[in-house]
Amino acid sequence: MSAIVFYVLAVITVIGALGVVLDRNVVRATLSLLIAMLGVAGIFLVAYAEFLALAQILIYAGAVTIVILFAIMLTRTTDLNINLDNPQRPVAFLIAVGVFVLLTLTFIYSDVPQLAEPDSVAVAIAESNSTGFETVGDSLFNQWAIPFEIASVILLVAMVGAIALARGDDNEPAVDASVEINEVSA
Amino acid sequence: MDLELLHFQILSAALFSIGLYGVLARRSAVLVLVSIELLLNAVNVNLIGQAAFVDRPPDERVFGQVLAIFIITISAAEIGLAMAIVLRVFRNRGTANADELDTMKW
Repeated sequence: MSAIVFYVLAVITVIGALGVVLDRNVVRATLSLLIAMLGVAGIFLVAYAEFLALAQILIYAGAVTIVILFAIMLTRTTDLNINLDNPQRPVAFLIAVGVFVLLTLTFIYSDVPQLAEPDSVAVAIAESNSTGFETVGDSLFNQWAIPFEIASVILLVAMVGAIALARGDDNEPAVDASVEINEVSA
Repeated sequence: MDLELLHFQILSAALFSIGLYGVLARRSAVLVLVSIELLLNAVNVNLIGQAAFVDRPPDERVFGQVLAIFIITISAAEIGLAMAIVLRVFRNRGTANADELDTMKW
Protein backbone atom coordinates (compact mmCIF):
# COMPACT_ATOMS: atom_id res chain seq x y z
CA MET A 1 0.00 0.00 0.00
CA SER A 2 2.68 2.49 0.99
CA ALA A 3 4.58 1.50 -2.16
CA ILE A 4 1.65 2.62 -4.35
CA VAL A 5 1.42 5.94 -2.47
CA PHE A 6 5.16 6.35 -2.90
CA TYR A 7 4.99 5.75 -6.65
CA VAL A 8 2.16 8.27 -7.12
CA LEU A 9 4.03 10.89 -5.06
CA ALA A 10 7.29 10.16 -6.87
CA VAL A 11 5.61 10.71 -10.26
CA ILE A 12 4.09 14.00 -9.02
CA THR A 13 7.49 15.12 -7.70
CA VAL A 14 9.35 14.28 -10.91
CA ILE A 15 6.71 15.98 -13.07
CA GLY A 16 6.99 19.11 -10.91
CA ALA A 17 10.78 19.02 -11.09
CA LEU A 18 10.71 18.63 -14.88
CA GLY A 19 8.34 21.59 -15.03
CA VAL A 20 10.88 23.66 -13.08
CA VAL A 21 13.69 23.04 -15.56
CA LEU A 22 11.73 22.80 -18.83
CA ASP A 23 8.86 25.29 -18.68
CA ARG A 24 9.16 28.35 -20.91
CA ASN A 25 7.32 30.61 -18.45
CA VAL A 26 9.19 31.79 -15.34
CA VAL A 27 6.15 31.98 -13.08
CA ARG A 28 4.88 28.58 -14.16
CA ALA A 29 8.33 27.08 -13.52
CA THR A 30 8.23 28.47 -9.98
CA LEU A 31 4.75 27.09 -9.38
CA SER A 32 6.02 23.71 -10.63
CA LEU A 33 8.57 23.93 -7.82
CA LEU A 34 5.60 24.18 -5.45
CA ILE A 35 4.18 20.92 -6.86
CA ALA A 36 7.56 19.18 -6.54
CA MET A 37 7.95 20.39 -2.94
CA LEU A 38 4.49 19.16 -1.97
CA GLY A 39 5.30 15.78 -3.54
CA VAL A 40 8.52 15.60 -1.51
CA ALA A 41 6.52 16.45 1.64
CA GLY A 42 4.24 13.48 0.90
CA ILE A 43 7.29 11.25 0.45
CA PHE A 44 8.56 12.39 3.87
CA LEU A 45 5.21 11.27 5.30
CA VAL A 46 5.57 7.84 3.67
CA ALA A 47 9.00 7.54 5.36
CA TYR A 48 7.56 8.39 8.83
CA ALA A 49 9.13 11.87 8.97
CA GLU A 50 6.05 13.86 10.00
CA PHE A 51 7.94 16.88 11.33
CA LEU A 52 10.00 17.14 8.14
CA ALA A 53 6.83 16.97 6.04
CA LEU A 54 5.31 19.88 7.97
CA ALA A 55 8.53 21.90 7.84
CA GLN A 56 8.78 21.20 4.11
CA ILE A 57 5.29 22.54 3.44
CA LEU A 58 5.79 25.58 5.70
CA ILE A 59 9.24 26.58 4.50
CA TYR A 60 9.36 25.52 0.85
CA ALA A 61 5.74 25.68 -0.23
CA GLY A 62 5.12 28.76 1.91
CA ALA A 63 8.18 30.92 2.30
CA VAL A 64 10.64 29.96 -0.45
CA THR A 65 8.09 30.01 -3.28
CA ILE A 66 6.87 33.45 -2.20
CA VAL A 67 10.44 34.78 -2.04
CA ILE A 68 11.16 33.45 -5.53
CA LEU A 69 7.92 34.92 -6.91
CA PHE A 70 8.86 38.31 -5.42
CA ALA A 71 12.33 38.08 -6.96
CA ILE A 72 10.81 37.27 -10.36
CA MET A 73 8.41 40.20 -10.03
CA LEU A 74 11.22 42.62 -9.09
CA THR A 75 13.73 41.45 -11.73
CA ARG A 76 11.20 41.37 -14.55
CA THR A 77 12.25 42.90 -17.84
CA THR A 78 9.78 43.88 -20.51
CA ASP A 79 10.14 40.67 -22.52
CA LEU A 80 8.98 37.88 -20.23
CA ASN A 81 8.98 35.16 -22.84
CA ILE A 82 12.55 35.48 -24.09
CA ASN A 83 14.70 32.38 -24.44
CA LEU A 84 15.22 31.06 -20.91
CA ASP A 85 17.86 28.47 -21.76
CA ASN A 86 21.56 28.57 -22.45
CA PRO A 87 23.15 27.40 -25.69
CA GLN A 88 24.88 24.75 -23.54
CA ARG A 89 21.61 22.82 -23.15
CA PRO A 90 22.72 19.60 -24.94
CA VAL A 91 25.87 19.40 -22.80
CA ALA A 92 23.78 19.98 -19.68
CA PHE A 93 21.42 17.19 -20.75
CA LEU A 94 24.29 14.76 -21.28
CA ILE A 95 25.83 15.63 -17.89
CA ALA A 96 22.48 15.23 -16.12
CA VAL A 97 21.82 11.83 -17.71
CA GLY A 98 25.37 10.73 -16.90
CA VAL A 99 25.01 11.76 -13.26
CA PHE A 100 21.67 9.96 -13.01
CA VAL A 101 23.07 6.71 -14.43
CA LEU A 102 26.15 6.94 -12.19
CA LEU A 103 24.11 7.62 -9.03
CA THR A 104 21.60 4.86 -9.83
CA LEU A 105 24.34 2.29 -10.43
CA THR A 106 26.04 3.33 -7.19
CA PHE A 107 22.80 2.95 -5.25
CA ILE A 108 22.01 -0.44 -6.83
CA TYR A 109 25.42 -1.91 -6.09
CA SER A 110 25.90 -0.36 -2.64
CA ASP A 111 25.06 -2.69 0.24
CA VAL A 112 23.70 -0.53 3.02
CA PRO A 113 22.36 -2.84 5.76
CA GLN A 114 18.59 -2.42 5.56
CA LEU A 115 15.86 -3.28 7.99
CA ALA A 116 14.26 -6.64 7.27
CA GLU A 117 10.79 -5.23 7.75
CA PRO A 118 10.18 -1.76 6.26
CA ASP A 119 7.45 -0.89 8.73
CA SER A 120 9.62 -1.52 11.76
CA VAL A 121 10.25 2.23 12.09
CA ALA A 122 6.58 2.65 12.94
CA VAL A 123 6.79 -0.38 15.23
CA ALA A 124 9.84 1.03 17.01
CA ILE A 125 8.12 4.37 17.44
CA ALA A 126 5.02 2.65 18.84
CA GLU A 127 7.08 0.48 21.21
CA SER A 128 9.09 3.36 22.61
CA ASN A 129 5.82 5.17 23.40
CA SER A 130 6.98 8.29 21.63
CA THR A 131 5.93 9.95 18.43
CA GLY A 132 8.26 10.87 15.61
CA PHE A 133 8.06 14.46 16.84
CA GLU A 134 9.41 13.49 20.25
CA THR A 135 12.26 11.44 18.87
CA VAL A 136 13.36 14.24 16.54
CA GLY A 137 12.96 16.86 19.28
CA ASP A 138 14.95 14.83 21.79
CA SER A 139 17.79 14.37 19.36
CA LEU A 140 17.69 17.96 18.12
CA PHE A 141 17.73 19.62 21.54
CA ASN A 142 20.02 17.20 23.38
CA GLN A 143 22.60 15.71 21.06
CA TRP A 144 22.53 18.44 18.39
CA ALA A 145 21.74 21.49 20.52
CA ILE A 146 24.87 23.46 19.60
CA PRO A 147 24.54 22.95 15.83
CA PHE A 148 20.89 23.97 16.24
CA GLU A 149 21.91 27.25 17.90
CA ILE A 150 24.55 27.87 15.22
CA ALA A 151 21.89 27.32 12.56
CA SER A 152 19.68 29.94 14.20
CA VAL A 153 22.58 32.43 14.20
CA ILE A 154 23.18 31.67 10.51
CA LEU A 155 19.51 32.40 9.79
CA LEU A 156 19.74 35.72 11.65
CA VAL A 157 22.92 36.71 9.82
CA ALA A 158 21.39 35.76 6.46
CA MET A 159 18.27 37.79 7.25
CA VAL A 160 20.24 40.91 8.24
CA GLY A 161 22.54 40.46 5.24
CA ALA A 162 19.64 40.09 2.84
CA ILE A 163 18.03 43.28 4.16
CA ALA A 164 21.32 45.19 3.95
CA LEU A 165 21.96 43.95 0.40
CA ALA A 166 18.50 44.51 -1.00
CA ARG A 167 17.92 47.90 0.64
CA GLY A 168 20.75 49.65 -1.18
CA ASP A 169 22.15 53.10 -0.47
CA ASP A 170 19.84 55.88 0.57
CA ASN A 171 21.63 58.58 -1.44
CA GLU A 172 21.93 56.47 -4.58
CA PRO A 173 19.39 57.49 -7.22
CA ALA A 174 17.32 54.72 -8.75
CA VAL A 175 19.01 53.56 -11.93
CA ASP A 176 17.01 53.26 -15.11
CA ALA A 177 17.58 49.71 -16.29
CA SER A 178 17.58 50.47 -20.03
CA VAL A 179 20.16 53.27 -19.66
CA GLU A 180 22.33 50.92 -17.65
CA ILE A 181 22.23 48.22 -20.35
CA ASN A 182 23.39 50.75 -22.96
CA GLU A 183 26.24 51.87 -20.72
CA VAL A 184 27.37 48.31 -20.14
CA SER A 185 27.27 47.33 -23.79
CA ALA A 186 28.94 50.54 -24.93
CA MET B 1 6.50 -4.97 -4.36
CA ASP B 2 7.39 -3.51 -1.01
CA LEU B 3 8.87 -0.12 -0.40
CA GLU B 4 12.61 -0.22 0.12
CA LEU B 5 15.55 2.14 0.41
CA LEU B 6 16.43 1.81 -3.28
CA HIS B 7 13.19 3.55 -4.29
CA PHE B 8 14.09 6.62 -2.25
CA GLN B 9 17.62 6.59 -3.60
CA ILE B 10 16.53 6.41 -7.23
CA LEU B 11 13.96 9.19 -6.73
CA SER B 12 16.73 11.21 -5.09
CA ALA B 13 19.06 10.56 -8.05
CA ALA B 14 16.31 11.60 -10.49
CA LEU B 15 15.59 14.84 -8.61
CA PHE B 16 19.32 15.57 -8.37
CA SER B 17 19.97 15.12 -12.10
CA ILE B 18 16.90 17.18 -13.04
CA GLY B 19 18.10 19.96 -10.75
CA LEU B 20 21.63 19.70 -12.14
CA TYR B 21 20.25 20.06 -15.66
CA GLY B 22 18.35 23.16 -14.55
CA VAL B 23 21.45 24.72 -12.97
CA LEU B 24 23.46 24.16 -16.15
CA ALA B 25 20.82 24.96 -18.77
CA ARG B 26 18.88 27.95 -17.38
CA ARG B 27 19.93 31.50 -18.18
CA SER B 28 17.98 33.41 -15.55
CA ALA B 29 19.76 33.54 -12.19
CA VAL B 30 16.41 33.17 -10.42
CA LEU B 31 15.70 29.88 -12.21
CA VAL B 32 19.23 28.64 -11.48
CA LEU B 33 18.51 29.22 -7.78
CA VAL B 34 15.18 27.40 -8.06
CA SER B 35 17.06 24.44 -9.54
CA ILE B 36 19.51 24.56 -6.62
CA GLU B 37 16.52 24.11 -4.32
CA LEU B 38 15.73 20.93 -6.26
CA LEU B 39 19.27 19.68 -5.63
CA LEU B 40 18.94 20.30 -1.89
CA ASN B 41 15.61 18.48 -1.83
CA ALA B 42 17.13 15.48 -3.60
CA VAL B 43 19.63 15.24 -0.74
CA ASN B 44 16.80 15.47 1.78
CA VAL B 45 14.83 12.65 0.11
CA ASN B 46 17.90 10.44 0.29
CA LEU B 47 18.52 11.30 3.97
CA ILE B 48 14.92 10.62 4.96
CA GLY B 49 14.98 7.32 3.10
CA GLN B 50 18.12 6.32 4.97
CA ALA B 51 16.60 7.45 8.27
CA ALA B 52 13.62 5.18 7.68
CA PHE B 53 15.25 2.06 6.28
CA VAL B 54 18.86 1.66 7.42
CA ASP B 55 19.37 -1.11 9.95
CA ARG B 56 20.30 0.96 13.00
CA PRO B 57 18.69 1.68 16.38
CA PRO B 58 16.06 4.45 16.16
CA ASP B 59 18.05 6.97 18.21
CA GLU B 60 20.87 6.74 15.66
CA ARG B 61 18.56 6.68 12.66
CA VAL B 62 16.85 9.92 13.68
CA PHE B 63 20.08 11.73 12.82
CA GLY B 64 18.98 11.53 9.18
CA GLN B 65 15.94 13.64 10.02
CA VAL B 66 17.97 16.09 12.11
CA LEU B 67 20.45 16.56 9.27
CA ALA B 68 17.54 17.17 6.89
CA ILE B 69 16.25 19.90 9.25
CA PHE B 70 19.66 21.59 9.10
CA ILE B 71 19.68 21.35 5.30
CA ILE B 72 16.23 22.99 5.12
CA THR B 73 17.48 25.77 7.42
CA ILE B 74 20.59 26.41 5.35
CA SER B 75 18.65 26.36 2.10
CA ALA B 76 16.17 28.92 3.49
CA ALA B 77 19.08 31.19 4.47
CA GLU B 78 20.70 30.61 1.09
CA ILE B 79 17.60 31.44 -0.95
CA GLY B 80 17.01 34.66 1.02
CA LEU B 81 20.57 35.91 0.60
CA ALA B 82 20.82 34.79 -3.02
CA MET B 83 17.60 36.55 -3.97
CA ALA B 84 18.88 39.75 -2.34
CA ILE B 85 22.09 39.44 -4.39
CA VAL B 86 20.08 38.84 -7.59
CA LEU B 87 17.97 41.94 -6.86
CA ARG B 88 21.13 43.97 -6.26
CA VAL B 89 22.73 42.72 -9.50
CA PHE B 90 19.54 43.49 -11.40
CA ARG B 91 19.48 47.03 -10.01
CA ASN B 92 23.13 47.63 -10.90
CA ARG B 93 23.30 45.89 -14.26
CA GLY B 94 19.73 45.87 -15.55
CA THR B 95 19.73 42.12 -16.10
CA ALA B 96 19.36 39.00 -14.00
CA ASN B 97 20.57 36.58 -16.68
CA ALA B 98 23.64 34.68 -15.55
CA ASP B 99 25.22 34.56 -19.03
CA GLU B 100 25.14 38.35 -19.43
CA LEU B 101 27.08 38.94 -16.20
CA ASP B 102 30.43 38.33 -17.88
CA THR B 103 32.48 41.34 -16.73
CA MET B 104 35.01 39.10 -15.04
CA LYS B 105 35.09 36.60 -17.92
CA TRP B 106 38.59 36.31 -19.34
